Amino acid sequence: MADIARRDLLTMAGVVGVGVAIPVAPATAEAAPKDKVQDGPAANASARCYQFFDLNEVAFIEAFVDHLIPADELSPSGTELGVTIYIDRQLAGAWGRGARMYLLGPWPAGTSQQGYQLPLAPADLYRSAIRAVEAHCEAVHGGSFDRLQPAQRQQIMLALSDGSLRLQQIPAQVFFDMAYANVMEGLFADPIYGGNKDKRGWRLVGFPGVMAAHAENIERFRGEPYLVEPLGIADLS
Amino acid sequence: MTTKLKEVDVVIVGMGWTGGIMAKELSDAGLTVVGLERGAPRSDAGFSVPMIRDELRYAVRNELFMDVSRDTLTFRNRPAERALPMRKLGSFLPGEGVGGAGVHWNGQTYRLSPHDHALRSRVEERYGKSFIPQDMQLADWPMSYAELEPFYDKFEYMAGISGKAGNIAGRIQEGGNPFEGPRAREYPNPPLKPSLASEMFTETTKKLGYHPFPRPAANMSRPYTNPDGIKLGECQYCGFCENFGCEANAKASPHITVIPAALRNRNFSLKPHAWVTRVNLAPDGKRATGVSYTSVLTGEEFEQPANLVILCAYGLGNVHLMLLSGIGKPYDPVSDTGTVGKGYCYQVATVVQAFFDDRIFNPFMGAGSLGVVIDDFNGDNFDHGPVGYIGGASIYSASLGGRPINQRAVPPGTPRWGTEWKKATAHWYNRTLQMSVQGSNMASRYNYLDLDPTYRNAFGLPLMRMTYNFTDNDEKLSAHLTTVAHDIARAMGPTHLGPRTPRRAPYSIVPYQSTHNTGGAIAGHDPGKSALNRYLQSWDVPNVFVMGASAFPHNSGYNPTGAVGALTYWAADAIRTKYLKDPGPLLHT
Ligand SMILES: Cc1cc2nc3c(=O)[nH]c(=O)nc-3n(C[C@H](O)[C@H](O)[C@H](O)COP(=O)(O)OP(=O)(O)OC[C@H]3O[C@@H](n4cnc5c(N)ncnc54)[C@H](O)[C@@H]3O)c2cc1C
Ligand code: SF4
Repeated sequence: MADIARRDLLTMAGVVGVGVAIPVAPATAEAAPKDKVQDGPAANASARCYQFFDLNEVAFIEAFVDHLIPADELSPSGTELGVTIYIDRQLAGAWGRGARMYLLGPWPAGTSQQGYQLPLAPADLYRSAIRAVEAHCEAVHGGSFDRLQPAQRQQIMLALSDGSLRLQQIPAQVFFDMAYANVMEGLFADPIYGGNKDKRGWRLVGFPGVMAAHAENIERFRGEPYLVEPLGIADLS
Repeated sequence: MTTKLKEVDVVIVGMGWTGGIMAKELSDAGLTVVGLERGAPRSDAGFSVPMIRDELRYAVRNELFMDVSRDTLTFRNRPAERALPMRKLGSFLPGEGVGGAGVHWNGQTYRLSPHDHALRSRVEERYGKSFIPQDMQLADWPMSYAELEPFYDKFEYMAGISGKAGNIAGRIQEGGNPFEGPRAREYPNPPLKPSLASEMFTETTKKLGYHPFPRPAANMSRPYTNPDGIKLGECQYCGFCENFGCEANAKASPHITVIPAALRNRNFSLKPHAWVTRVNLAPDGKRATGVSYTSVLTGEEFEQPANLVILCAYGLGNVHLMLLSGIGKPYDPVSDTGTVGKGYCYQVATVVQAFFDDRIFNPFMGAGSLGVVIDDFNGDNFDHGPVGYIGGASIYSASLGGRPINQRAVPPGTPRWGTEWKKATAHWYNRTLQMSVQGSNMASRYNYLDLDPTYRNAFGLPLMRMTYNFTDNDEKLSAHLTTVAHDIARAMGPTHLGPRTPRRAPYSIVPYQSTHNTGGAIAGHDPGKSALNRYLQSWDVPNVFVMGASAFPHNSGYNPTGAVGALTYWAADAIRTKYLKDPGPLLHT
C-alpha cells in the first residue's frame, strides 16, 4: 500500500507541482550569477526521467541526495542539480554493471584493508541496500526513508556512514561510502554526465572548468582571485 | 592453434618507460626488436581538449589504467591471512597501453642519493649492525651512484627535466638540493614557475634552516628538443596532469619520446593488444626461447621466438611473469630461501593540509610536478641515531591541480554534508595548501609476492598474491616525519591546521597512496639472495633481463622513475657493450 501511495505522489508531483521530492530553488542572484536552474517544478520533474531507479528507489535516492546537498542560500538541492540523474545514469551504464571490477568468486568476507569483497556490481549493491534501508525505516520508524523527519533521517545517515546501522546482508558503510562518492561526483563532474547542472558545483567552489591554459595566469594571478565563467566539455564541443 | 612467428633478436614485454627505452637503444644497435604491449595504441587525438579535461573519466573511473576485471592481484597483510582479490583499483594504479604509466604520471624525476645505493654499508658504518631490525632485509645496491650518473643524465636529457642542480661535479649550487650526489651538468630546462604554495613553503622552510629546492619535473618549463630530435611543448599548468595524458605534449612520456624515436628504426616493430602469458624456456630451464602471447582483439595465440627476452611489464607484471614462467626460484619467507617475489616494498606516504583564511591559491593552476621539496630528512641526510629508524622522506608542497571531485579539502571538524559542509567547501577550496611526506620503505622478510592458490585471471592463470604490511620501522618513520611536515605547516601560520595522521599498520589496499611498487625481482651481488645481477640480468636464465623498479633492493623516499630510467639505460649499455659480444651470464658466480 505504502508503495502505491508514494508512486502516486510522485506522479502527481510531476503534474501539479507538489511533493516532497521537488524542492524549490531559492538561490540568490549573488550565489548564482547565471542561474538557469529556475524552471518551475513541473519542468524539473519531467526532466527527471530515470533509467535505472524504480519509483520507490527514486523517492529514496532523491531524499538521500537532498539530505547531503540541501537547497540553501548556496545552491539548489542535489536533485535539482541533476545529482540523482547522474547516479541513475552511472548505475544504468557500464560502471553500474561492474565494468573494470574483478567480480569472480569465491567471496569470503575480508578485512577492511582488503577492500570491496561483495559479489555485487554497484547497481546490484544500490538495489539491495536501498531495500535494506527501507526495511529498517519501516521496522524502526514505521515509514519510508523519504517520509522521515529530518532529524530521524540525519540519525540514519550518520549510522550508515559509520557502519553502526545493521542492515540485512548488506554492509551499511560499504553502500554509504559508494553512494557518498557518487553524490560528490554528481555535484562536481562535468555536466555532460547529467549532474552539476549549470556548473553550480563548479561555481560553488570557483573551479573554472576545462579551459586551463595557465602558463601566464599562474604568475599573473598568484595569490589573486581568478574569476571566469566556468566552461564544460559541451561548451567547447 | 598457436601461430609460431619468425624469430627475432629481442622481444620486449611491455611498452612503458622501460620498454620504450629498451626498444630505442636496442634497435639503434641494429637488432631486430619486437615490442609487445597488452593495451591499446595511442592516437594523436586521444588527449585533445575538451574531452581530456574530464575528471570523472580519467581520475575517478581510471580510464587509462589497468583493467582489473581481466587481471588483478590478491592481497593480505600477513601470511596467516587468506588473500583476497583487489576487486577495484585503489592504493596504486598500474598503467596499460602504449606508453604505460609514463602516459599518466606526474613527472617528478629524482636521482636516488648516493647513500641509497650503498644502504647497508652506510647504516652499519654509521649506526652499527645492531641498528638493523631483525626481519629487515637491508642490502647494498649492486651498482653505485657514480656508476649510474651518466645514465641518470641520459634519462634527464631525453625527458627534458625542468629543475635546478644542487651539486655539479662536487660544487654546491645555490637554489638546488645540496644533499644530492654530484652530477655532470645542469638540468636541461630551468624550474617551473612557482605557485603561491611553492613560495610559502620555500620561505618557511628556509626560515626553519632547511634547504628547499624546486621539484625536478618532466613537465617542460619551456619548449624543448631532446637529443633524439623529439620536440616537446611548454607546460600550461593545466592541473589535469597525473592520471591524464598531456594535451600540450609538454609532459615527457614514452609514447611521444622514446617509442616514436625507436619506430624510426625499421628493425623495431610495435604490437599493441598483445598480452604476454609466459616466457618460454628450453627444456633445461636455463635459456628462454621467446614468449607466448594472446591477441586481446582476436583471441589468437602466438609464439614469438627470440634470442633475448626483456621484461618491461612494470615491476609487478615482471614478477608475475617470472613466477608464471618458472624463471628463478620463488621466494619462501619461512625458510628465507628463493629470490623471485622477495623484497617487495612500497612507500610510507602521508599528507598534511593547512587552511589560510587570507590566501587565494588557485589550486587549478598546477602541474604534476609543480612544488618545492626539502631533502633534509631524506636518505641518511640526518642523524638517525636519536630517532631509531632507517630511511627518510622527501617532504614537499604540491600544486598538482584543483580538480573538484578529488582535490577538495575542508578543515577538521567540518560535517561531511549539509549546508555547513557546503559553506566550508565553498570557502576553503581556494584556501588550502597541501604538503606531502613520501617515506622510504625497507624490505622485510614477510612482505613478498607469490602466486595465489585460488583466484585466476582472464587467461586462466593464477593471480599474483601480495603479502604486505607496514613495519615498526615504517611507523616510527611516519610518526617522526609527518610531525616535521606538520610543524612546517604550523610555522606558516595557517588559520586551521589539518590533522597529523601518520601511517600505521595495517596497510590498506583501498586508499590511493602511490604507484611506486618496488622489489620482487631485486638486483644484488649474491645469486642466493637476489633474482638479478647488477646488469638486471636474471641469474638463472641469462638471456632474460628484467627492467623496472622490481630490481630495487629497497624503496627510497623519492619517486622511482628517475632511477628506473637510469637503470634501464645502464642495462641497455651492458647488453650493447658486453652481452652481445659474448651472450651468456655477464657475471660468473
Ligand atoms: C598516477 C601516477 C603518477 C605517477 N607519478 C610519478 C612521478 O611523479 N614520478 C615518478 O618517478 N613515477 C611516477 N609514477 C610511476 C611511473 O609511472 C612508473 O615508475 C613508470 O611508468 C614505470 O615504468 P615501467 O616501464 O616499469 O612500467 P610502465 O610504464 O607501467 O609500463 C609497463 C607496460 O607493460 C605493459 N604490460 C604489463 N603486463 C604485460 C603483459 N603481460 N603483456 C604485455 N604487456 C604488459 C603494461 O600495459 C604497461 O604499458 C606514477 C604512476 C602513476 C600511476
Ligand atoms: S600540467 Fe603541464 S605537463 Fe601536465 S598535462 Fe598539463 S600541460 Fe601537460
